[in-house]
Amino acid sequence: MNALLQQTLSPTRRACGSLNVRIMGEACVLRCSGALWLPETGTLIAADLHLEKGSAYARRGQMLPPYDSRVTLAKLRAEVEDLRPRQVILLGDSFHDRGSLARLAQADRLEIAALTASCDWIWLTGNHDHEALNGAADPDWPLPGRVVEAMDIGALTLVHEPEAGDRPGEVAGHLHPCATVVAHNRGVRRACFVTDGRRIILPAFGAFTGGLDVRHAAFSGLFAEPPMLAALGRDRVHALAWNSVR
Amino acid sequence: MPEFSLTALPPLFADWFASRGWAPRRHQLEMIVAAEAGSHALLVAPTGGGKTLAGFLPSLIDLAERGTRPEFGPGSGVHTLYVSPLKALTTDVERNLMTPIREIGLNIHVESRTGDTKQSKKQRQREFPPDILLTTPEQLALFCAWEGSRAYFSDLKCIVLDEVHAIWSGKRGDLLNLGLARLQSFSPGLRRVGLSATIDDPDLIRGWLSPVEPEAVRLVKGDPGAPAIVDVLISEGKVPWAGHTGQHAIPEVYATIKKAGLSLIFVNTRWQAEFVFQSLWAINDDDLPIALHHGSLAAEQRRKVEAAMARGDLRAVVCTSTLDLGIDWGDVDLVIQMAAPKGASRLVQRIGRANHRLNEPSRALMVPASRFEMLECQAAREAVADNAFDWEPHHAGTLDTLAQHIMGVACAEAFDMEVLYEEIRGCAPYRGLSWETFEEVVDLVATGGYALRTYDRFARIVRTKEGRWKVRTAQIAQHHRMNVGTIVTAATLNVRVGSRRAGGKLMVSGRKVGEAEENYFEQMSPGDTFVFAGQVWAFQGITGTDALVTHAQDKDPKIPSWGGSKFPMSTSLATRVRDMIQDRDHWRVLPADVQEWLELQEARSAIPDAASMLVETFQRGTRHFLVAYPFEGGLAHNTLCMLLTRRLDRAGVGPLGFVCTDYSLAIWSIKPMDGLDFEALFQPDMLGDDLEAWLEESFMMKRTFRNCALISGLIERRQPGAEKSGRQVTFSTDLIYDVLRRHQPDHLLLRTARADAAAGLLDVARLGQLLTRIAGQIRPVALSRASPFSVPVLVQIGRERVGGDAADMILENAAEDLIAEVMNEAEPGVVAA
Repeated sequence: MNALLQQTLSPTRRACGSLNVRIMGEACVLRCSGALWLPETGTLIAADLHLEKGSAYARRGQMLPPYDSRVTLAKLRAEVEDLRPRQVILLGDSFHDRGSLARLAQADRLEIAALTASCDWIWLTGNHDHEALNGAADPDWPLPGRVVEAMDIGALTLVHEPEAGDRPGEVAGHLHPCATVVAHNRGVRRACFVTDGRRIILPAFGAFTGGLDVRHAAFSGLFAEPPMLAALGRDRVHALAWNSVR
Repeated sequence: MPEFSLTALPPLFADWFASRGWAPRRHQLEMIVAAEAGSHALLVAPTGGGKTLAGFLPSLIDLAERGTRPEFGPGSGVHTLYVSPLKALTTDVERNLMTPIREIGLNIHVESRTGDTKQSKKQRQREFPPDILLTTPEQLALFCAWEGSRAYFSDLKCIVLDEVHAIWSGKRGDLLNLGLARLQSFSPGLRRVGLSATIDDPDLIRGWLSPVEPEAVRLVKGDPGAPAIVDVLISEGKVPWAGHTGQHAIPEVYATIKKAGLSLIFVNTRWQAEFVFQSLWAINDDDLPIALHHGSLAAEQRRKVEAAMARGDLRAVVCTSTLDLGIDWGDVDLVIQMAAPKGASRLVQRIGRANHRLNEPSRALMVPASRFEMLECQAAREAVADNAFDWEPHHAGTLDTLAQHIMGVACAEAFDMEVLYEEIRGCAPYRGLSWETFEEVVDLVATGGYALRTYDRFARIVRTKEGRWKVRTAQIAQHHRMNVGTIVTAATLNVRVGSRRAGGKLMVSGRKVGEAEENYFEQMSPGDTFVFAGQVWAFQGITGTDALVTHAQDKDPKIPSWGGSKFPMSTSLATRVRDMIQDRDHWRVLPADVQEWLELQEARSAIPDAASMLVETFQRGTRHFLVAYPFEGGLAHNTLCMLLTRRLDRAGVGPLGFVCTDYSLAIWSIKPMDGLDFEALFQPDMLGDDLEAWLEESFMMKRTFRNCALISGLIERRQPGAEKSGRQVTFSTDLIYDVLRRHQPDHLLLRTARADAAAGLLDVARLGQLLTRIAGQIRPVALSRASPFSVPVLVQIGRERVGGDAADMILENAAEDLIAEVMNEAEPGVVAA
């Protein structure tokens, strides 16, 4: 990573293993969970939960374990309890498909109700869940929280899908970035944040979400200089230089 | 056995034998007699004994006597089904079978059907079944999943399983056996015929083949062929201490090839194949036609080599196990085995490739790649002379395979659970299947087998009004048919020639060179050079499912084609090697430099007797080493090291890493290990809690789970129109494993994966035997420096590649941390100090 990038981002590590960075000057914490924490405004951001992905596959004949929603929600609860956010913003694709809301188990609905009651709760719409969020919901169970397409917080602009070109302050999900580090003849593949200090792409937060390699063409055109990667370890986030991944 | 005369053979056939100047062999006649008695049969005979013809003769006779075949109705279907483990073998057999049919003038229709067969031909075969259909186990599994398969196979008289010794014992064998039972229910009079290479205990395969007790299968033994002439290349004064490639012997191998007609050079991995091929061409001053054949090469490339062999245009072919099985592509004079064969049976199979005439001895030359391999090759040579073969043990039928079969049955027709249960219990591997487990497997097929019952409305198979089970939709059946089989391969990339356009964009611009595992390319950076398909390439990058490469001028590839054997040394060979080491009289068969090495070991450290295990401890640099010599094969050693490092960690010596070979293992640590209680360290109880705890975290478990999930159909490999590479997976099986382990640890597939890992990748059974063998027999020796025996394993340590450059130190360390963390949870040993 070049010195300029290093200076712009000025990554430092917190005791919990998270990384502090600055995006367009705004203090951001890259959490081990894959969530983004804005300490100055008390905002917790997570992307691509893909709730009910398991049942979406089951519907088409692949019987993935039906436990993904509860695992993802438990992970989100742990973050909420740890950080006590003023607001939670989910960056879109929170639900895997339009039928997800209807398929949610009662226990998981109760958990969503409890979580959304604890603070201001905002669902950004994504390509997977704009139908689910815009009225396809079960009339007996209106989804709690606000639904928006995009929003600004200070210098940051929160959207689901990153746009090509220079978008200073953009915070996006959608791509499910992951990176492979190789040493000792073994590749280790992990979900990661991708940032150059001007914009950031969050890893997917959901339990079954697969990843797209950061070297995939979908990432080209987003960063002028090779960005830094922050890979999710078991109990810490690892800053990686672009040229250290395969 | 009764005496046979030629009366067993109809005149038409007798005349044909006579016209060729042949006499039918005793075992060929015995197979005809077995068929006339309506008996199942197993033929055990060495290569070159007319085994395949013996398997088909009864069917040819029956079909010749049949007269005109009805166009439809009874008698119009397939008469004989032939199943071979290799696609290529079906093509070969079709050609060989056509000779007598044509020369006798029989009106018999033979066709083959494999994954490569054109769709139009497959369609025609369904409408107009051939008399004899040649196919693979995977196609048989597909037949079972056809709608209408019951009617299609209702005329089936005989099924011939070729090279049955190579299929029966694994998951492929399970699936094949389930398919056999299915066919038997379609056509109760079906005769099962197995053709096998020579085996120690034919009753194992007889039992597997039989729908009831083993005695129902008549055993026919071929006459033994002339004993093979097996030599070990001595390479006096040049045998290296360590290594896998046999590089030192390339000039001698070349000289040997020059003297022979056609040589087959067998190696154990495809990267070894590339290396040997490259090395031979580097000194090929006479421009001998030397070719390369392995599973990663593009199919057309392989077909070309096979055709050239058959024409007699080649002098040598460097190959992997792709040419192990009985394909006749020309007259092979000599088989060369580069690096130790790892098992006597594999060696015998390979030797059988040389000289397909029974009465002349096959010639083979083994080329040991290191000093330990010199011992192993000598042991293998003696094992062949003693006819002491090693075969995999019998195992209980696997449940992921059963799940796939049940799904296939439901795709073909509605089934009654109790009837299917009885059918499956008629399969030897599933004789012990309980009703409760069977119900669990059916539930797995239907809804995934989860305690949380939210998927009932999505069930893949549903109950009809009559209480039978059938597939819910035609689409689900189609998905199943696309995913049949038990061979799960690592994600592979097509290796294609590419080029950079103006602007630097990488494009496919040339042919497909072959396929290789994705993880091989994970180690590479663009620009790295490597050997593939006999040429040096520069890796350029990956786009989609293609790894793009360009021709490299570089003669010296950067990425070494290293890699040990993928097979661990067999138990019986290991025993022979241990015996040989402690028997000084036996040393005389070894070259002088190897003898000196043994003597040096005796002087510096110790030569253990066959019953005990030597454990050396010494310091080297800042590291403390423990080197043990169990001689139990790489897999068992690897598992042992994983468990030992856990114990050493608890003992406070700070283990930093380990490496293994087939012969020995080395662990290094921060603190010295010479004062440890080795009997306690190696106590068999490590296979209890330590194993369980480690297994749960192991990346091997995740890999094994993935295979089980794919085979069972829980996850699909292929979906219509969606060819995705490992880089674009839509979900991660590792995450599924983690979620399932937390929420339903007793799930059927987790249990299956544990059993598989213990039996296969981890070799737990063999490790158990080892720990029992050495209890009370450990011989510790504290040394001031490394011993001669320890060198081969210590050399391995330097092999690990360490990536990155110094300028990126801070972030590099972060990357190292990540690797270290993963290694700690997965493989505590491989962390470099």
